[in-house]
Amino acid sequence: MSDLIAFRNPTEESPWARRLLIGTVVSILSLLLFAPLFVVFSEALSRGWMTAVESLGQRDAWQAIRLTLTVAAISVPMNAVFGLAAAWAITKFDFRGKAFLITLIDLPFSVSPVVAGLCLVLLLGANSTLGGMLVGAGVPIIFALPGVVLATVFVSFPFVARELIPVMIEQGRAEEEAALTLGASGWRVFRTVTLPNIRWALLYGVLLCNARAMGEFGAVAVVSGRIRGETATMPITIEMMYNEYLSVAAFTLAAVLALLALMTLALKSILEWYHADALAATRRH
Amino acid sequence: MPSMLIRRSAMPGFNLAMGITVTMLSVIVILPIMALLMRGLVWGPAEIWATVSSERVRGALFLSFRLSVLAALFNLVFGVMLAWILVRYRFPGKRLIDAAVDLPFALPTAVAGIALTTLYAPNGLFGGIAADMGLRIAYTQAGIFVALVFVGLPFVTRTVQPVIAEIEHEVEEASASLGASRLTTLRRVILPMLMPAALTGFALALARSVGEYGSVIFIAGNIPNRTEIAPLLIVIRLEEFNYNAAAAIGIAMLLISFLMLFAINLIQIWSRRRIGYV
Repeated sequence: MSDLIAFRNPTEESPWARRLLIGTVVSILSLLLFAPLFVVFSEALSRGWMTAVESLGQRDAWQAIRLTLTVAAISVPMNAVFGLAAAWAITKFDFRGKAFLITLIDLPFSVSPVVAGLCLVLLLGANSTLGGMLVGAGVPIIFALPGVVLATVFVSFPFVARELIPVMIEQGRAEEEAALTLGASGWRVFRTVTLPNIRWALLYGVLLCNARAMGEFGAVAVVSGRIRGETATMPITIEMMYNEYLSVAAFTLAAVLALLALMTLALKSILEWYHADALAATRRH
Repeated sequence: MPSMLIRRSAMPGFNLAMGITVTMLSVIVILPIMALLMRGLVWGPAEIWATVSSERVRGALFLSFRLSVLAALFNLVFGVMLAWILVRYRFPGKRLIDAAVDLPFALPTAVAGIALTTLYAPNGLFGGIAADMGLRIAYTQAGIFVALVFVGLPFVTRTVQPVIAEIEHEVEEASASLGASRLTTLRRVILPMLMPAALTGFALALARSVGEYGSVIFIAGNIPNRTEIAPLLIVIRLEEFNYNAAAAIGIAMLLISFLMLFAINLIQIWSRRRIGYV
Protein backbone atom coordinates (compact mmCIF):
# COMPACT_ATOMS: atom_id res chain seq x y z
CA MET A 1 0.00 0.00 0.00
CA SER A 2 2.30 2.74 -1.25
CA ASP A 3 1.59 6.37 -0.49
CA LEU A 4 2.52 7.36 -4.05
CA ILE A 5 -0.29 5.50 -5.70
CA ALA A 6 -3.40 7.61 -5.70
CA PHE A 7 -5.89 4.87 -4.91
CA ARG A 8 -6.76 4.52 -1.27
CA ASN A 9 -9.31 2.18 0.18
CA PRO A 10 -12.22 4.48 1.03
CA THR A 11 -13.02 2.52 4.18
CA GLU A 12 -9.59 3.12 5.68
CA GLU A 13 -7.93 6.19 7.11
CA SER A 14 -5.03 7.73 5.19
CA PRO A 15 -1.60 6.35 6.13
CA TRP A 16 -0.68 9.69 7.67
CA ALA A 17 -3.77 9.72 9.86
CA ARG A 18 -2.95 6.20 10.96
CA ARG A 19 0.62 7.07 11.86
CA LEU A 20 -0.50 10.15 13.75
CA LEU A 21 -3.13 8.20 15.68
CA ILE A 22 -0.79 5.34 16.55
CA GLY A 23 1.95 7.80 17.49
CA THR A 24 -0.31 9.81 19.79
CA VAL A 25 -1.73 6.75 21.51
CA VAL A 26 1.65 5.10 22.00
CA SER A 27 3.18 8.31 23.41
CA ILE A 28 0.38 8.76 25.93
CA LEU A 29 0.61 5.11 26.92
CA SER A 30 4.37 5.49 27.38
CA LEU A 31 3.91 8.48 29.67
CA LEU A 32 1.14 6.91 31.69
CA LEU A 33 1.67 3.14 31.65
CA PHE A 34 5.12 2.10 30.55
CA ALA A 35 7.14 4.81 32.30
CA PRO A 36 5.65 4.13 35.76
CA LEU A 37 6.24 0.42 35.33
CA PHE A 38 9.84 1.07 34.29
CA VAL A 39 10.40 3.44 37.21
CA VAL A 40 9.34 0.81 39.75
CA PHE A 41 12.15 -1.49 38.62
CA SER A 42 14.76 1.22 38.02
CA GLU A 43 14.20 2.71 41.48
CA ALA A 44 14.31 -0.72 43.10
CA LEU A 45 17.67 -1.43 41.43
CA SER A 46 19.06 2.11 41.76
CA ARG A 47 21.57 0.98 44.38
CA GLY A 48 22.31 -2.33 42.70
CA TRP A 49 20.91 -5.82 42.92
CA MET A 50 22.49 -6.61 46.29
CA THR A 51 20.81 -3.72 48.11
CA ALA A 52 17.47 -4.66 46.62
CA VAL A 53 17.79 -8.32 47.57
CA GLU A 54 18.97 -7.37 51.06
CA SER A 55 15.98 -5.09 51.58
CA LEU A 56 13.68 -7.99 50.75
CA GLY A 57 15.42 -10.08 53.40
CA GLN A 58 14.56 -7.57 56.11
CA ARG A 59 11.97 -8.52 58.68
CA ASP A 60 9.34 -5.95 57.66
CA ALA A 61 9.52 -7.00 54.03
CA TRP A 62 9.24 -10.74 54.40
CA GLN A 63 6.60 -10.46 57.10
CA ALA A 64 4.58 -8.32 54.70
CA ILE A 65 5.03 -10.85 51.90
CA ARG A 66 3.98 -13.70 54.18
CA LEU A 67 0.94 -11.77 55.38
CA THR A 68 -0.16 -10.87 51.85
CA LEU A 69 0.16 -14.51 50.77
CA THR A 70 -1.86 -15.61 53.82
CA VAL A 71 -4.61 -13.08 53.14
CA ALA A 72 -4.81 -14.07 49.47
CA ALA A 73 -4.78 -17.77 50.36
CA ILE A 74 -7.88 -17.27 52.54
CA SER A 75 -9.82 -14.67 50.58
CA VAL A 76 -9.37 -15.94 47.01
CA PRO A 77 -10.81 -19.44 47.72
CA MET A 78 -13.67 -17.79 49.63
CA ASN A 79 -14.49 -15.69 46.60
CA ALA A 80 -14.10 -18.66 44.27
CA VAL A 81 -16.63 -20.67 46.31
CA PHE A 82 -18.95 -17.68 46.44
CA GLY A 83 -18.59 -17.07 42.70
CA LEU A 84 -19.36 -20.70 41.87
CA ALA A 85 -22.37 -20.80 44.20
CA ALA A 86 -23.75 -17.48 42.96
CA ALA A 87 -23.26 -18.39 39.29
CA TRP A 88 -24.91 -21.80 39.82
CA ALA A 89 -27.93 -20.29 41.56
CA ILE A 90 -28.30 -17.49 39.03
CA THR A 91 -27.79 -19.44 35.81
CA LYS A 92 -29.38 -22.80 36.59
CA PHE A 93 -32.60 -21.57 38.19
CA ASP A 94 -35.35 -19.06 37.55
CA PHE A 95 -36.42 -17.07 40.55
CA ARG A 96 -37.79 -13.68 41.40
CA GLY A 97 -35.35 -10.94 42.27
CA LYS A 98 -32.56 -12.34 40.12
CA ALA A 99 -31.66 -8.97 38.59
CA PHE A 100 -31.57 -7.45 42.06
CA LEU A 101 -29.26 -10.22 43.28
CA ILE A 102 -26.86 -9.57 40.37
CA THR A 103 -26.86 -5.85 41.20
CA LEU A 104 -26.01 -6.66 44.83
CA ILE A 105 -23.13 -8.91 43.75
CA ASP A 106 -21.69 -6.10 41.62
CA LEU A 107 -22.14 -3.57 44.42
CA PRO A 108 -18.58 -3.78 45.86
CA PHE A 109 -17.18 -2.52 42.53
CA SER A 110 -19.01 0.76 42.90
CA VAL A 111 -18.17 1.30 46.55
CA SER A 112 -14.94 3.15 47.27
CA PRO A 113 -12.44 0.82 49.01
CA VAL A 114 -12.08 3.38 51.78
CA VAL A 115 -15.85 3.40 52.31
CA ALA A 116 -15.78 -0.42 52.35
CA GLY A 117 -13.18 -0.32 55.10
CA LEU A 118 -15.20 2.29 56.96
CA CYS A 119 -18.31 0.08 56.82
CA LEU A 120 -16.37 -2.83 58.32
CA VAL A 121 -14.94 -0.61 61.07
CA LEU A 122 -18.44 0.65 61.96
CA LEU A 123 -19.84 -2.91 62.05
CA LEU A 124 -16.98 -4.71 63.76
CA GLY A 125 -14.76 -2.07 65.37
CA ALA A 126 -14.17 -2.23 69.11
CA ASN A 127 -16.63 0.61 69.78
CA SER A 128 -19.56 -1.05 67.97
CA THR A 129 -21.96 -3.42 69.71
CA LEU A 130 -20.96 -6.47 67.69
CA GLY A 131 -17.26 -5.59 67.66
CA GLY A 132 -17.26 -4.96 71.40
CA MET A 133 -18.69 -8.42 72.00
CA LEU A 134 -16.11 -10.01 69.72
CA VAL A 135 -13.22 -8.18 71.38
CA GLY A 136 -14.64 -9.24 74.75
CA ALA A 137 -14.65 -12.83 73.55
CA GLY A 138 -11.01 -12.46 72.57
CA VAL A 139 -11.59 -12.39 68.78
CA PRO A 140 -10.72 -8.91 67.58
CA ILE A 141 -11.60 -8.39 63.91
CA ILE A 142 -10.59 -4.80 63.17
CA PHE A 143 -6.87 -4.03 63.45
CA ALA A 144 -6.28 -7.79 63.14
CA LEU A 145 -5.95 -10.42 60.42
CA PRO A 146 -9.70 -11.26 60.13
CA GLY A 147 -10.46 -7.62 59.35
CA VAL A 148 -7.83 -7.54 56.62
CA VAL A 149 -9.31 -10.73 55.13
CA LEU A 150 -12.87 -9.35 55.27
CA ALA A 151 -11.82 -6.09 53.61
CA THR A 152 -9.99 -8.02 50.89
CA VAL A 153 -12.96 -10.31 50.27
CA PHE A 154 -15.24 -7.26 50.07
CA VAL A 155 -13.26 -5.45 47.37
CA SER A 156 -12.61 -8.57 45.25
CA PHE A 157 -16.10 -10.00 45.81
CA PRO A 158 -17.61 -9.82 42.27
CA PHE A 159 -14.62 -10.98 40.19
CA VAL A 160 -15.27 -14.74 39.95
CA ALA A 161 -19.07 -14.51 39.77
CA ARG A 162 -18.82 -11.87 37.03
CA GLU A 163 -16.66 -14.07 34.81
CA LEU A 164 -18.73 -17.20 35.40
CA ILE A 165 -22.28 -15.89 34.99
CA PRO A 166 -22.11 -14.90 31.27
CA VAL A 167 -20.26 -18.10 30.34
CA MET A 168 -22.75 -20.29 32.18
CA ILE A 169 -25.69 -18.45 30.63
CA GLU A 170 -24.25 -19.08 27.16
CA GLN A 171 -23.76 -22.76 27.89
CA GLY A 172 -27.32 -23.26 29.09
CA ARG A 173 -28.62 -26.15 31.12
CA ALA A 174 -29.06 -28.92 28.54
CA GLU A 175 -25.83 -30.79 29.29
CA GLU A 176 -26.49 -30.85 33.02
CA GLU A 177 -30.08 -31.94 32.46
CA ALA A 178 -28.92 -34.78 30.21
CA ALA A 179 -26.48 -35.97 32.86
CA LEU A 180 -29.23 -35.83 35.49
CA THR A 181 -31.64 -37.92 33.41
CA LEU A 182 -28.85 -40.45 33.01
CA GLY A 183 -28.83 -40.78 36.78
CA ALA A 184 -25.81 -38.74 37.84
CA SER A 185 -25.94 -37.14 41.26
CA GLY A 186 -26.02 -33.36 41.55
CA TRP A 187 -22.46 -33.16 42.84
CA ARG A 188 -21.23 -35.44 40.06
CA VAL A 189 -22.97 -33.32 37.41
CA PHE A 190 -21.23 -30.25 38.78
CA ARG A 191 -17.83 -31.96 38.88
CA THR A 192 -17.86 -33.80 35.57
CA VAL A 193 -20.13 -31.66 33.37
CA THR A 194 -20.19 -28.06 34.61
CA LEU A 195 -16.67 -27.64 35.97
CA PRO A 196 -14.84 -28.75 32.78
CA ASN A 197 -16.98 -26.31 30.79
CA ILE A 198 -16.21 -23.34 32.99
CA ARG A 199 -12.65 -24.10 34.12
CA TRP A 200 -10.96 -21.42 31.98
CA ALA A 201 -13.48 -18.76 32.94
CA LEU A 202 -13.05 -19.80 36.59
CA LEU A 203 -9.28 -19.53 36.28
CA TYR A 204 -9.65 -16.12 34.64
CA GLY A 205 -11.85 -14.88 37.47
CA VAL A 206 -9.54 -16.29 40.13
CA LEU A 207 -6.58 -14.61 38.43
CA LEU A 208 -8.21 -11.16 38.51
CA CYS A 209 -9.48 -11.76 42.04
CA ASN A 210 -6.00 -12.71 43.22
CA ALA A 211 -4.38 -9.66 41.64
CA ARG A 212 -6.83 -7.39 43.40
CA ALA A 213 -6.57 -9.31 46.69
CA MET A 214 -2.78 -9.05 46.83
CA GLY A 215 -2.75 -5.40 45.82
CA GLU A 216 -5.64 -3.96 47.81
CA PHE A 217 -4.67 -0.79 49.62
CA GLY A 218 -7.54 1.57 50.53
CA ALA A 219 -9.82 -0.87 52.34
CA VAL A 220 -6.95 -2.62 54.09
CA ALA A 221 -5.40 0.72 55.12
CA VAL A 222 -8.60 1.55 56.99
CA VAL A 223 -9.17 -1.76 58.80
CA SER A 224 -5.58 -2.85 59.40
CA GLY A 225 -4.32 -0.18 61.77
CA ARG A 226 -0.94 -0.65 60.01
CA ILE A 227 0.57 -2.94 62.65
CA ARG A 228 3.98 -4.19 61.48
CA GLY A 229 4.20 -7.95 61.28
CA GLU A 230 0.50 -8.38 62.07
CA THR A 231 -1.67 -6.44 59.64
CA ALA A 232 0.80 -4.58 57.41
CA THR A 233 0.34 -6.28 54.04
CA MET A 234 2.71 -5.60 51.15
CA PRO A 235 0.91 -2.47 49.84
CA ILE A 236 0.63 -1.06 53.39
CA THR A 237 4.31 -1.77 54.05
CA ILE A 238 5.22 -0.06 50.77
CA GLU A 239 3.38 3.03 51.96
CA MET A 240 5.09 2.97 55.36
CA MET A 241 8.55 2.53 53.85
CA TYR A 242 7.93 5.24 51.26
CA ASN A 243 6.82 7.69 53.94
CA GLU A 244 9.94 6.85 55.96
CA TYR A 245 12.06 7.70 52.90
CA LEU A 246 13.21 4.06 52.55
CA SER A 247 12.91 4.43 48.80
CA VAL A 248 14.85 1.34 47.71
CA ALA A 249 13.03 -0.90 50.17
CA ALA A 250 9.64 0.51 49.14
CA PHE A 251 10.33 0.15 45.43
CA THR A 252 11.80 -3.34 45.81
CA LEU A 253 8.62 -4.53 47.49
CA ALA A 254 6.67 -2.63 44.84
CA ALA A 255 8.71 -4.40 42.14
CA VAL A 256 7.66 -7.77 43.57
CA LEU A 257 4.01 -6.72 43.27
CA ALA A 258 4.67 -5.29 39.79
CA LEU A 259 6.15 -8.63 38.71
CA LEU A 260 3.02 -10.30 40.03
CA ALA A 261 0.92 -7.85 37.99
CA LEU A 262 2.95 -8.61 34.85
CA MET A 263 2.51 -12.34 35.43
CA THR A 264 -1.22 -11.81 35.86
CA LEU A 265 -1.39 -9.89 32.57
CA ALA A 266 0.65 -12.55 30.76
CA LEU A 267 -1.54 -15.41 32.02
CA LYS A 268 -4.66 -13.38 31.27
CA SER A 269 -3.51 -12.74 27.69
CA ILE A 270 -2.67 -16.41 27.22
CA LEU A 271 -6.18 -17.34 28.36
CA GLU A 272 -7.67 -14.74 26.01
CA TRP A 273 -5.66 -16.00 23.03
CA TYR A 274 -5.90 -19.76 23.49
CA HIS A 275 -9.15 -20.28 25.34
CA ALA A 276 -11.19 -17.39 24.00
CA ASP A 277 -14.18 -19.63 23.23
CA ALA A 278 -14.37 -20.65 26.89
CA LEU A 279 -14.47 -17.07 28.19
CA ALA A 280 -17.30 -14.55 28.31
CA ALA A 281 -17.92 -12.82 24.97
CA THR A 282 -16.52 -9.47 26.12
CA ARG A 283 -13.18 -11.11 26.90
CA ARG A 284 -12.61 -12.31 23.37
CA HIS A 285 -10.67 -9.71 21.57
CA MET B 1 -38.82 -19.86 51.71
CA PRO B 2 -37.04 -20.08 48.34
CA SER B 3 -39.48 -22.70 47.02
CA MET B 4 -42.19 -20.03 46.93
CA LEU B 5 -40.19 -17.75 44.69
CA ILE B 6 -38.49 -20.26 42.43
CA ARG B 7 -39.92 -22.04 39.41
CA ARG B 8 -39.79 -25.83 39.66
CA SER B 9 -36.54 -27.16 38.27
CA ALA B 10 -34.92 -30.57 38.00
CA MET B 11 -31.53 -29.03 38.66
CA PRO B 12 -30.16 -29.85 42.11
CA GLY B 13 -28.36 -27.70 44.60
CA PHE B 14 -30.49 -24.56 44.67
CA ASN B 15 -30.68 -24.39 48.45
CA LEU B 16 -26.96 -24.94 48.92
CA ALA B 17 -25.90 -22.48 46.21
CA MET B 18 -28.40 -19.84 47.25
CA GLY B 19 -27.53 -20.40 50.91
CA ILE B 20 -23.82 -19.75 50.32
CA THR B 21 -24.58 -16.77 48.07
CA VAL B 22 -26.98 -15.02 50.41
CA THR B 23 -24.95 -15.74 53.55
CA MET B 24 -21.68 -14.43 52.15
CA LEU B 25 -23.35 -11.47 50.50
CA SER B 26 -25.04 -10.53 53.77
CA VAL B 27 -22.03 -10.97 56.05
CA ILE B 28 -19.43 -9.37 53.81
CA VAL B 29 -21.30 -6.72 51.85
CA ILE B 30 -24.79 -5.95 53.09
CA LEU B 31 -24.33 -5.94 56.89
CA PRO B 32 -21.29 -3.62 56.79
CA ILE B 33 -23.10 -1.19 54.47
CA MET B 34 -26.14 -1.36 56.77
CA ALA B 35 -23.86 -0.53 59.69
CA LEU B 36 -22.74 2.61 57.87
CA LEU B 37 -26.31 3.67 57.08
CA MET B 38 -27.44 2.89 60.65
CA ARG B 39 -24.65 5.02 62.06
CA GLY B 40 -25.88 7.90 59.94
CA LEU B 41 -29.50 7.30 60.91
CA VAL B 42 -28.67 7.26 64.61
CA TRP B 43 -26.59 10.40 64.30
CA GLY B 44 -29.34 12.18 62.40
CA PRO B 45 -29.71 13.62 58.90
CA ALA B 46 -29.26 17.19 60.12
CA GLU B 47 -25.86 16.39 61.62
CA ILE B 48 -24.82 14.53 58.48
CA TRP B 49 -25.81 17.47 56.33
CA ALA B 50 -23.91 19.85 58.61
CA THR B 51 -20.77 17.72 58.23
CA VAL B 52 -21.06 17.17 54.48
CA SER B 53 -21.80 20.82 53.77
CA SER B 54 -18.87 22.09 55.81
CA GLU B 55 -16.31 23.83 53.63
CA ARG B 56 -13.57 21.22 53.90
CA VAL B 57 -15.79 18.19 53.21
CA ARG B 58 -17.68 19.92 50.42
CA GLY B 59 -14.37 20.94 48.90
CA ALA B 60 -13.02 17.40 49.08
CA LEU B 61 -16.16 15.83 47.58
CA PHE B 62 -16.28 18.44 44.83
CA LEU B 63 -12.58 18.00 44.08
CA SER B 64 -12.91 14.20 43.86
CA PHE B 65 -15.91 14.48 41.60
CA ARG B 66 -14.60 17.27 39.36
CA LEU B 67 -11.20 15.70 38.73
CA SER B 68 -12.83 12.29 38.20
CA VAL B 69 -15.09 13.77 35.51
CA LEU B 70 -12.11 15.43 33.81
CA ALA B 71 -10.05 12.22 33.95
CA ALA B 72 -12.97 10.14 32.68
CA LEU B 73 -13.52 12.61 29.81
CA PHE B 74 -9.86 12.29 28.85
CA ASN B 75 -10.20 8.51 28.99
CA LEU B 76 -13.39 8.67 26.93
CA VAL B 77 -11.57 10.26 24.00
CA PHE B 78 -8.32 8.41 24.48
CA GLY B 79 -10.06 5.08 25.12
CA VAL B 80 -11.97 5.24 21.83
CA MET B 81 -8.75 6.10 19.93
CA LEU B 82 -6.89 3.25 21.62
CA ALA B 83 -9.69 0.76 21.00
CA TRP B 84 -9.82 1.84 17.33
CA ILE B 85 -6.13 1.29 16.63
CA LEU B 86 -6.13 -2.01 18.54
CA VAL B 87 -8.99 -3.42 16.48
CA ARG B 88 -8.41 -1.84 13.07
CA TYR B 89 -4.69 -1.24 12.61
CA ARG B 90 -1.76 -3.59 12.37
CA PHE B 91 1.50 -2.33 13.81
CA PRO B 92 4.47 -3.82 15.64
CA GLY B 93 3.92 -4.25 19.38
CA LYS B 94 0.15 -4.28 19.04
CA ARG B 95 -0.35 -7.42 21.12
CA LEU B 96 1.91 -6.06 23.82
CA ILE B 97 -0.09 -2.85 24.00
CA ASP B 98 -3.36 -4.78 24.02
CA ALA B 99 -2.15 -6.77 27.02
CA ALA B 100 -0.69 -3.68 28.73
CA VAL B 101 -4.01 -1.79 28.65
CA ASP B 102 -5.13 -3.82 31.67
CA LEU B 103 -2.05 -2.87 33.69
CA PRO B 104 -4.00 -0.38 35.85
CA PHE B 105 -6.33 -3.25 36.83
CA ALA B 106 -3.45 -5.54 37.71
CA LEU B 107 -0.92 -3.14 39.24
CA PRO B 108 -1.67 -2.44 42.93
CA THR B 109 -2.74 1.16 43.45
CA ALA B 110 -0.03 1.86 46.02
CA VAL B 111 2.63 0.77 43.52
CA ALA B 112 1.12 2.97 40.82
CA GLY B 113 0.94 5.82 43.33
CA ILE B 114 4.60 5.85 44.32
CA ALA B 115 5.74 5.24 40.72
CA LEU B 116 3.67 8.13 39.32
CA THR B 117 4.80 10.40 42.16
CA THR B 118 8.46 9.59 41.50
CA LEU B 119 8.01 10.33 37.78
CA TYR B 120 5.96 13.49 38.06
CA ALA B 121 7.57 15.06 41.17
CA PRO B 122 9.67 18.18 40.46
CA ASN B 123 12.87 16.11 40.81
CA GLY B 124 11.48 13.24 38.71
CA LEU B 125 11.89 12.45 35.03
CA PHE B 126 8.70 14.08 33.67
CA GLY B 127 8.18 16.40 36.62
CA GLY B 128 11.63 17.86 35.99
CA ILE B 129 10.81 18.62 32.34
CA ALA B 130 7.53 20.21 33.46
CA ALA B 131 9.35 22.22 36.13
CA ASP B 132 11.66 23.65 33.47
CA MET B 133 8.55 24.91 31.73
CA GLY B 134 7.29 26.34 35.00
CA LEU B 135 4.67 23.65 35.60
CA ARG B 136 4.11 21.56 38.67
CA ILE B 137 2.35 18.23 38.32
CA ALA B 138 2.86 16.18 41.48
CA TYR B 139 1.41 17.69 44.69
CA THR B 140 -1.12 19.73 42.66
CA GLN B 141 -4.52 18.94 41.16
CA ALA B 142 -2.73 18.07 37.91
CA GLY B 143 -1.05 15.20 39.78
CA ILE B 144 -4.41 13.88 40.98
CA PHE B 145 -5.66 14.11 37.39
CA VAL B 146 -2.71 12.02 36.15
CA ALA B 147 -3.35 9.35 38.81
CA LEU B 148 -7.08 9.23 38.02
CA VAL B 149 -6.42 8.94 34.28
CA PHE B 150 -4.14 6.00 35.09
CA VAL B 151 -6.71 4.08 37.15
CA GLY B 152 -9.53 4.73 34.67
CA LEU B 153 -7.52 4.00 31.52
CA PRO B 154 -8.79 0.50 30.64
CA PHE B 155 -12.53 1.00 31.07
CA VAL B 156 -13.55 2.79 27.85
CA THR B 157 -11.12 0.79 25.71
CA ARG B 158 -12.41 -2.51 27.03
CA THR B 159 -16.09 -1.66 26.57
CA VAL B 160 -15.59 -0.17 23.07
CA GLN B 161 -13.21 -2.80 21.61
CA PRO B 162 -15.81 -5.58 21.15
CA VAL B 163 -18.26 -3.12 19.57
CA ILE B 164 -15.70 -1.97 16.98
CA ALA B 165 -14.91 -5.60 16.21
CA GLU B 166 -18.58 -6.23 15.45
CA ILE B 167 -19.12 -3.32 13.07
CA GLU B 168 -19.99 -4.64 9.61
CA HIS B 169 -17.69 -3.42 6.89
CA GLU B 170 -20.66 -2.94 4.58
CA VAL B 171 -21.84 -0.01 6.67
CA GLU B 172 -18.64 1.88 5.99
CA GLU B 173 -18.64 0.85 2.34
CA ALA B 174 -22.20 2.12 1.94
CA SER B 175 -21.28 5.41 3.53
CA ALA B 176 -18.19 5.78 1.32
CA SER B 177 -20.08 4.83 -1.85
CA LEU B 178 -22.63 7.53 -1.08
CA GLY B 179 -19.82 10.03 -1.23
CA ALA B 180 -19.00 10.56 2.43
CA SER B 181 -15.40 11.38 3.22
CA ARG B 182 -13.62 9.10 5.67
CA LEU B 183 -13.88 11.69 8.40
CA THR B 184 -17.62 12.08 7.82
CA THR B 185 -18.09 8.32 7.93
CA LEU B 186 -16.18 8.11 11.20
CA ARG B 187 -18.08 11.01 12.71
CA ARG B 188 -21.60 10.30 11.46
CA VAL B 189 -21.66 6.52 11.13
CA ILE B 190 -19.04 4.90 13.35
CA LEU B 191 -19.03 7.22 16.35
CA PRO B 192 -22.78 6.99 17.07
CA MET B 193 -22.45 3.20 17.10
CA LEU B 194 -19.64 3.38 19.65
CA MET B 195 -21.26 5.99 21.84
CA PRO B 196 -23.35 3.75 24.17
CA ALA B 197 -20.40 1.47 24.94
CA ALA B 198 -18.08 4.44 25.33
CA LEU B 199 -20.50 6.11 27.75
CA THR B 200 -20.75 2.90 29.78
CA GLY B 201 -16.96 2.83 29.99
CA PHE B 202 -16.96 6.52 30.90
CA ALA B 203 -19.37 5.93 33.77
CA LEU B 204 -17.37 2.94 35.01
CA ALA B 205 -14.14 4.96 34.93
CA LEU B 206 -15.88 7.81 36.73
CA ALA B 207 -17.24 5.51 39.44
CA ARG B 208 -13.80 4.02 39.95
CA SER B 209 -12.04 7.41 40.07
CA VAL B 210 -14.38 9.05 42.57
CA GLY B 211 -13.56 6.44 45.21
CA GLU B 212 -9.88 6.04 44.31
CA TYR B 213 -7.45 6.36 47.19
CA GLY B 214 -4.21 4.39 46.83
CA SER B 215 -2.82 5.86 43.65
CA VAL B 216 -3.89 9.41 44.51
CA ILE B 217 -2.70 10.06 48.07
CA PHE B 218 1.01 9.86 47.22
CA ILE B 219 0.86 12.30 44.32
CA ALA B 220 -1.82 14.62 45.73
CA GLY B 221 0.03 16.63 48.36
CA ASN B 222 -3.12 16.40 50.50
CA ILE B 223 -3.57 20.09 51.30
CA PRO B 224 -7.08 20.74 52.76
CA ASN B 225 -9.39 22.52 50.30
CA ARG B 226 -6.78 22.28 47.53
CA THR B 227 -5.61 18.72 46.93
CA GLU B 228 -7.48 16.73 49.58
CA ILE B 229 -9.75 14.05 48.12
CA ALA B 230 -12.87 12.77 49.88
CA PRO B 231 -11.61 9.23 50.68
CA LEU B 232 -8.54 10.72 52.37
CA LEU B 233 -10.78 12.87 54.54
CA ILE B 234 -12.59 9.70 55.68
CA VAL B 235 -9.25 8.16 56.67
CA ILE B 236 -8.26 11.34 58.54
CA ARG B 237 -11.58 11.42 60.46
CA LEU B 238 -11.19 7.73 61.35
CA GLU B 239 -7.68 8.35 62.67
CA GLU B 240 -9.17 11.08 64.89
CA PHE B 241 -11.75 8.50 66.07
CA ASN B 242 -14.46 10.81 64.75
CA TYR B 243 -16.59 7.93 63.48
CA ASN B 244 -19.73 10.00 62.98
CA ALA B 245 -18.05 12.48 60.65
CA ALA B 246 -16.35 9.64 58.77
CA ALA B 247 -19.72 7.91 58.39
CA ALA B 248 -21.31 11.12 57.10
CA ILE B 249 -18.71 11.51 54.34
CA GLY B 250 -18.96 7.78 53.62
CA ILE B 251 -22.73 8.03 53.18
CA ALA B 252 -22.33 10.99 50.83
CA MET B 253 -19.83 9.00 48.72
CA LEU B 254 -22.07 5.94 48.75
CA LEU B 255 -24.92 8.10 47.48
CA ILE B 256 -22.76 9.44 44.64
CA SER B 257 -21.78 5.84 43.73
CA PHE B 258 -25.42 4.73 43.69
CA LEU B 259 -26.38 7.63 41.47
CA MET B 260 -23.64 6.67 39.07
CA LEU B 261 -24.64 3.01 39.09
CA PHE B 262 -28.15 4.16 38.28
CA ALA B 263 -26.82 6.31 35.42
CA ILE B 264 -24.89 3.33 34.01
CA ASN B 265 -28.07 1.25 34.00
CA LEU B 266 -29.99 4.03 32.28
CA ILE B 267 -27.30 4.32 29.59
CA GLN B 268 -27.46 0.59 28.98
CA ILE B 269 -31.25 0.47 28.76
CA TRP B 270 -31.23 3.50 26.43
CA SER B 271 -28.53 2.06 24.19
CA ARG B 272 -30.18 -1.35 23.99
CA ARG B 273 -33.33 0.31 22.76
CA ARG B 274 -31.41 2.38 20.27
CA ILE B 275 -28.78 0.02 18.91
CA GLY B 276 -29.54 -3.41 20.25
CA TYR B 277 -26.13 -4.40 21.49
CA VAL B 278 -23.52 -3.23 23.95
